[in-house]
Amino acid sequence: MSYHSLEEIIEKAQREKKKFWEIILEDDMNERQVTKEKSMNKMKKMLVAMREAHENYDKDLISSSKLVGGDGHRVKEAREKGMLICGDFIGAVMEKAIKMGESNACMRRVVAAPTAGSCGVIPAVLLSYDEFYLVEEEKLIEALYVTAGIGQVIAKRAFIAGAMGGCQAEIGSASAMVAGAVVYLRDGSLEQIANASAIALKNLLGLVCDPIGGLVEVPCVKRNVIGAVNALTSADLSLAGVVSKVPADQVIDAMGDIGSRMPASLKETSEGGLAITPTGLEVAKRLEEA
Amino acid sequence: MNLFDIVGPVMVGPSSSHTAGAVKIGYISYRLLGEDIKKVNVLFHGSFALTGKGHGTDRAIIAGLLGMQPDDERIPYSFEIARENEIEIFFGTIVLNQMHPNTVKLELEGKTGKRLDIVASSTGGGRIKICQIDGIETNFGGNYPTLIVHNIDQPGHVTEVTSMLGHKSVNIATMQLFRESRGGKAVMVIECDQEIPIESVKWLEHLEGIIKVSYLSLEE
Repeated sequence: MSYHSLEEIIEKAQREKKKFWEIILEDDMNERQVTKEKSMNKMKKMLVAMREAHENYDKDLISSSKLVGGDGHRVKEAREKGMLICGDFIGAVMEKAIKMGESNACMRRVVAAPTAGSCGVIPAVLLSYDEFYLVEEEKLIEALYVTAGIGQVIAKRAFIAGAMGGCQAEIGSASAMVAGAVVYLRDGSLEQIANASAIALKNLLGLVCDPIGGLVEVPCVKRNVIGAVNALTSADLSLAGVVSKVPADQVIDAMGDIGSRMPASLKETSEGGLAITPTGLEVAKRLEEA
Repeated sequence: MNLFDIVGPVMVGPSSSHTAGAVKIGYISYRLLGEDIKKVNVLFHGSFALTGKGHGTDRAIIAGLLGMQPDDERIPYSFEIARENEIEIFFGTIVLNQMHPNTVKLELEGKTGKRLDIVASSTGGGRIKICQIDGIETNFGGNYPTLIVHNIDQPGHVTEVTSMLGHKSVNIATMQLFRESRGGKAVMVIECDQEIPIESVKWLEHLEGIIKVSYLSLEE
């Protein structure tokens, strides 16, 4: 990726009177020396794989540690009964996010976006949006380019791995990526795309990676819900004209700074936080004996 | 990182390093051996030894050795498939000095008796590094067609290999040379931009001073 900042991408888009996603597409064509058609076909495959992963959810699967399984179906039932305070749309988002996280934990096929642990955030938002607002497939693919462009800048300026920067780098990044994509789907401006990312990432700064037993299960699966919902509220704020006082690129740098200072015990090593609660230790012991 | 490292890869969960990377290690090892596996010792080091089971690292390695890629939905059932194919599997742990925490040593034996020892690390995001082949240090990721030539450390072998590649219009992307000791065993690892014709790889095997040739083809 030849861009170091969202600002650069936006400047180029403004200068050439192009969309955000077109700049990212052209960068991919140049980087991998592929045609527009080839690049877009590959992105379409990602979208199709996300859809399949959602449709193939199996409510009866339980992860090998027995910590995860069936919750996506619980949310679905509650949603169908109209029990959810958050309403049907957010309910659909919650359901998809949990289902995808559970499928991942149960060794089903998912799309890492940006990571396997955060694989529920982007599809939960985009597929639910499509379900309720019926988007052309082409436009959903374009929205995925927006997520990828934002993610690449984050990967370049900070990181997208829990082992490097904590959960903020995974769920936080996924949330920032898809917040921008939602703004694009709602025909927001270039600045509003970056601004939504800034708000989304800011909200999740400092989130540590402290998984129980070292597994991508607790708290990871449910974190996908918060990443997805946060993306939507951030997009709405941005579209309403609420502006992040700290620009997106600086928020990304802050995430990098926080991640670098974060102790190793809170970066995927399971030596702190939830992993060393009495419950966490009990599970770890049970897994070791298994 | 390219675009599809960020949105993608499509993979069987739960972890890009402990599952997808492990499948890739198994797959690359299988391709390097160049034949179906008869017997394998899988020795886990570090985090692979500690949390491997919950991430399905064990099943992932075996899946790769059976020729599966990281997005293959049969990965969770690799043990059963290996059993049907009468593959002998032994799992253990090992402590390797100064290695990445996600590292595994594989001692492979193929159906015709070919042997290969590999130490490989999963370095994050599904990317891997082959760190040792038959006890000699290496450093490559399995992303290019890769030629590995074990030879006696004496003048002329590098020229033989590289002129063959030039003759076949294969461009070298990277090239690394390693040796145990002067005049002892040496290894060259050559990552190429194009596939090398199989006859040319076989031809190398018959040259004097060449001990063993492995070739990682990425053609399906």
